[in-house]
Order: sequence, then structure tokens, then C-alpha cells
Amino acid sequence: MPTDRVDVRKTYKLFIGGAFPRSESGRTYQVTSAAGGFLANAALASRKDVRDAVVAARAAVPKWAGATAYNRGQVLYRVAELLEGRREQFAAEVTAFGEDPSTVHDAIDRWVWYAGWADKFAQVHGGANPVAGPYFNLSSPEPTGVVGIVAPAEPALLGLVSVVAPAIVTGNTVVILASEPRPLPAVSLAEVLATSDLPGGVVNILTGRPAETAPWLASHQDVNALDLTGVADPELATSLEQAAAGNLKRVVRPAAGPAWTADPGTARMAAFVETKTVWHPKGG
Amino acid sequence: MPPLLPATQRLPAVAAQDHDKITQVAARVDFTAMTASVIADLSEVARSATALRAFLHGLPGVDQVGAEQRAAMLATRSIKTTAKAYAIDLAIRMVDLTTLEGADTAGKVRALCAKAQRPDPADPSCPAVAAVCVYPAMVPTAVSALHGSGVHVASVATAFPSGQATLDVKIADTRAAVAAGADEIDMVINRGAFLSGHYLQVYEEIRAVRAACGAAHLKVILETGELATYDNVRRASWLAMLAGADFIKTSTGKVQPAATMPVTLVMLEAVRDFRDTTGRQVGVKPAGGIRTTKDAVRYLVLVNETAGEDWLDPHWFRFGASTLLNDLLMQRTKLTTGYYAGPDYFTVD
Repeated sequence: MPTDRVDVRKTYKLFIGGAFPRSESGRTYQVTSAAGGFLANAALASRKDVRDAVVAARAAVPKWAGATAYNRGQVLYRVAELLEGRREQFAAEVTAFGEDPSTVHDAIDRWVWYAGWADKFAQVHGGANPVAGPYFNLSSPEPTGVVGIVAPAEPALLGLVSVVAPAIVTGNTVVILASEPRPLPAVSLAEVLATSDLPGGVVNILTGRPAETAPWLASHQDVNALDLTGVADPELATSLEQAAAGNLKRVVRPAAGPAWTADPGTARMAAFVETKTVWHPKGG
Repeated sequence: MPPLLPATQRLPAVAAQDHDKITQVAARVDFTAMTASVIADLSEVARSATALRAFLHGLPGVDQVGAEQRAAMLATRSIKTTAKAYAIDLAIRMVDLTTLEGADTAGKVRALCAKAQRPDPADPSCPAVAAVCVYPAMVPTAVSALHGSGVHVASVATAFPSGQATLDVKIADTRAAVAAGADEIDMVINRGAFLSGHYLQVYEEIRAVRAACGAAHLKVILETGELATYDNVRRASWLAMLAGADFIKTSTGKVQPAATMPVTLVMLEAVRDFRDTTGRQVGVKPAGGIRTTKDAVRYLVLVNETAGEDWLDPHWFRFGASTLLNDLLMQRTKLTTGYYAGPDYFTVD
């Protein structure tokens, strides 16, 4: 093998509508390892990238929300299969950030766990309601729509999977602002999603500075819910909550430092659904 | 007859940055030298099929690559902040809010008329659109809904969208729409006749419909998507203007491609040259396929740089559109509030 081979370096780009564009602004920033060494140049997204991502996410809603729960589950299982195949790449990425590579296994297992919920969540969270009248009364959880997510920095992959999977499994589409210091697993996840059966636009990933882009996402009138798990600065989180109140977005702002390896329960899935209740005359 | 040479044919050879200056100088030189004889000729060009054909084929050819490059170059202009706000309001005032579906109902037309008068009910400073464009059968509904609002009622006529009917039917169609109260008539030309070279027949039909319009404004739809070449677009533009059109319009919206930037460029050059030659100003209306604010602003740049500021007015330039208005309103809201608006907050029609 020749020793003078030049490495083919990867260009880390955004993931919008199933495509990998550079930032509209043309900006990039340097990502460094835990030891301070240069890792990559990542795209530095602007507010217009946020706008484009929301348009893509909105366009993807009817098809993804309209897919059967069983089908969504199959698509997510398929994503887990592909994640498994890229295990070593993800392990190398999180190790560079000083994380334990076992979090990659946890992340894949968590994805599978949420995929299994796709066709079970409605049974647990919805159901037939006993009412005082000759009616069938049924409640079922419906997706909220477009969910904006500020992903946690650490653990880079497990944290990301733990916020993305519960939002999309019920039929929402998401715009993710990846962690500023640790965006590489998010971009690799985008590559996995792009080659899976997930329709383009269901997951959109923007790298860059959430402090700059999150306010545009929080105030956007076409975003239905906001997950502030990755916002460390309490002042920023409060201002984002205030901006989100403009069109009554559902907001998730967990207490600091969730235990990522613990059983997540159904709370995150339940946060991004709307309960639809139907009254149907019984006849007779 | 001296060949009529609008200076436009030489445009593409000129360096882009010197375009406007040189165009205007060249145009002035050409036309002052020719005006007298050309005007004498123009009244005579329709005296026979042969003369009309000779005139239209004597028009200089359009440089296709040049027109497309010029349109693409103008589309790169960046219009921001106050200029953008001005452009958005102007574009809203230029919209012919259109519904031309077989499934149109009186209720839908009334809803559209309400939207036309007050496009953004949340913001009283938002201007009304120019006109509502409907089928002739819906004109009475639109007239009563828009009474006293200043928003015009436009009606398509003459066997829209194909134009394949006998002249009697077309004239009756037009008369009925005008009698019902339409201020503007959008007629389609007979593309079959035009493409087979029967220019005089097309000319006579436009003349007849023009007469049937009375005081109503006549917009002539060229349906450029079916004319195949820019040369044909230029010929059809001149033919329509000679026959008395108040506006020339690109498309019905029923044929792809509909309005494009290069086609509109050719038509804008035609109206500019026509005014230089005859002194009569004719409007332009691109219709179909203009869906975003960005597109609309590009067209406004094209108007300003081709025909000039005189055409930057709803009286002389219109957008035939239905979905464009919502995007304009969302962009307008973004500028006034500072955050991105969502389509949920604007009516669908």
C-alpha cells in the first residue's frame, strides 16, 4: 500500500429535506476533539437554513404522519440496522469527544426500543372511553406536526437518538439543531437516515450555534413544538420559551441532566402528540 | 418599408454592465430616425395578410441565449430591507387574484373577493390587490362582492383556455362578461391560427373582441408555452398591440411552461419598443408559475431594467397568480414582526 496516499476528507454538511446542502451563508466552523485537536470543518447554519429546514419538515408531515404506525416502525428498525453497520464509525466519533464508546450501543438499542413503540403507543396512550350515552368514544394520539429540537451535547449520539426517535416515532417531523461542540455524530446519523427508507424531510439536521439559530426556530409560526433538552443556558431557555408562546408551541424543558442510560419511559413520545377524541353513535 | 429595428436585437452582444445605458441611447437613435415612417407604416401593416406577415417577420429575431442570460443575470439582484418591503407591497397591489377552476363556486369567489380587498386582515396597512380574475359566469358574484372597493373584476373570455371557438361565440362571451360588469377582459389568441401563419385572422379576432369590450380593458393572452420560440412571442406581442390590446399576458396558467423570466423579458422589450414607436403604452402580465416572493421581486427587477419605472405600477404590470399572494403576505409579516410566519395563519384561497 502506498504510504503517500492523500486522505479523502469528509465535508460535513447540513441535512435538509433529504439532501446535504452547505449552509446558505457559506459559513463553517472548526470542530475540535476533547484533546483540542482539529477534527473537521462543520457547516455553520444561518436563520435561512432554519427557514428552509422548517419548510422541508412541514412538507414531509402529511406523508410521514399518514403512514401506518406499523410502517413507521419498520422504517425505524431499518435505520437501526444501518446504525449497527456504522457502529465503528460512531464509536470513533464519540471517542474523539472523550465519550465512552459503549454509548453507541446504548444509542442503537434505544433506537430499536423506540421503533418497537411505533405500533404500540396508540394502544397505551389512547383507548375507548366509557361515556354516559349511546356512543363509542375513542381517543387516539395524533402527531403534533413539526418539532424543533435543540439536541444535547453529551452524550453526543445517545443524547441525540434519545430526543429524535421519540419525536418521529409517533409521526412528527423534526428540525434538529445539533450540538455546537459535538456535531459529528449528528452528521453521520444524517448519512444513515439518508440511505434508509425514512422519507426526506422527516429529519432535518442543522449544525452550528443553537444560540444563534434556536430563537428563529422558537419564534417560527410554522413550528408546533419545541424541545429544549440541549439548551444549557437557563436565560436562553427562558427566552426561547417566551418566543415559543407566540403560537402556543408545546415546549419540553427537562430538569438539568437527565440520566441518559436510564429507562426513558413514554414521556417523550407523549410530549409531542395531540389526543383526538371521536364520538360515534352506537345505533340500535 | 424600412425594417423596424428595435435596438434590442443587439443587446446580448453588449457587456452586461453597460446594457441599460447603451440600450437607451441606441433605442433613441433608431427610433427618432424611423418614427415618422414607421408610424405611417403601422397604420398600414394590417391592410393585407401579406403586409402583416411581412411586418411581423421583419421584426428582428430574439437572441435566445442572450435573453436567457440577461433574465438570469437580473434574477441575481439582491433586494433587501426597505426596498424589499416596497417591492412586496407593490407586488401585492399588482396581483390579479385568480381562480379558474371547473369547481369554482359563488362561495369560493366571494371568499376570494374578501381576501382581495383585505389580504391580511390582521394588518390594515396591507394594500388590496389589483383585481380578481374569474370565469364569465362568476362575474356577477365578483362584481357584487367587490362593489365600491376599487378592486377590479377581470374575466377570462373567448373560449378560455383553448380559444378554439367561432368568432361569434367569442364575441358573445366577451359581451356577456362586460355586460355583467367586468372591468377587464382576458382573451386568449387563436394559437392554432397564429402558428399556421394566419396572422390576419388572429388580428381581426383581437380587433373584434376589442370592439366588444367597449370601455373594459383588454388583456391578450399569448399562451407563450405553446408558441415554441421567442421570435413567435415577439411577433405575437406586436400583433396583439397593433390590434389594440391594453395588456399582453403570457399564459392561461393551464399550459406548462407558463410565465418565465425570458419570455417576460421579450414581452417587456416589445411594449417598450411599441411605446417608443407609437407613443401608446401597453401593460404586461406574466401569469402562472409565479409562486414565491423571490420570483415576484425578480420580475419587478426585470420590469425596472427592461421597460423602465413607468411600468412599475399596477396599471401597467400585473401578476396572474393565486398562491403567490400568501407567500407575499408571509414575507410581509416576517418583515413587520421579525419572525417567520406560517401558512396556517393565512386563508387557503
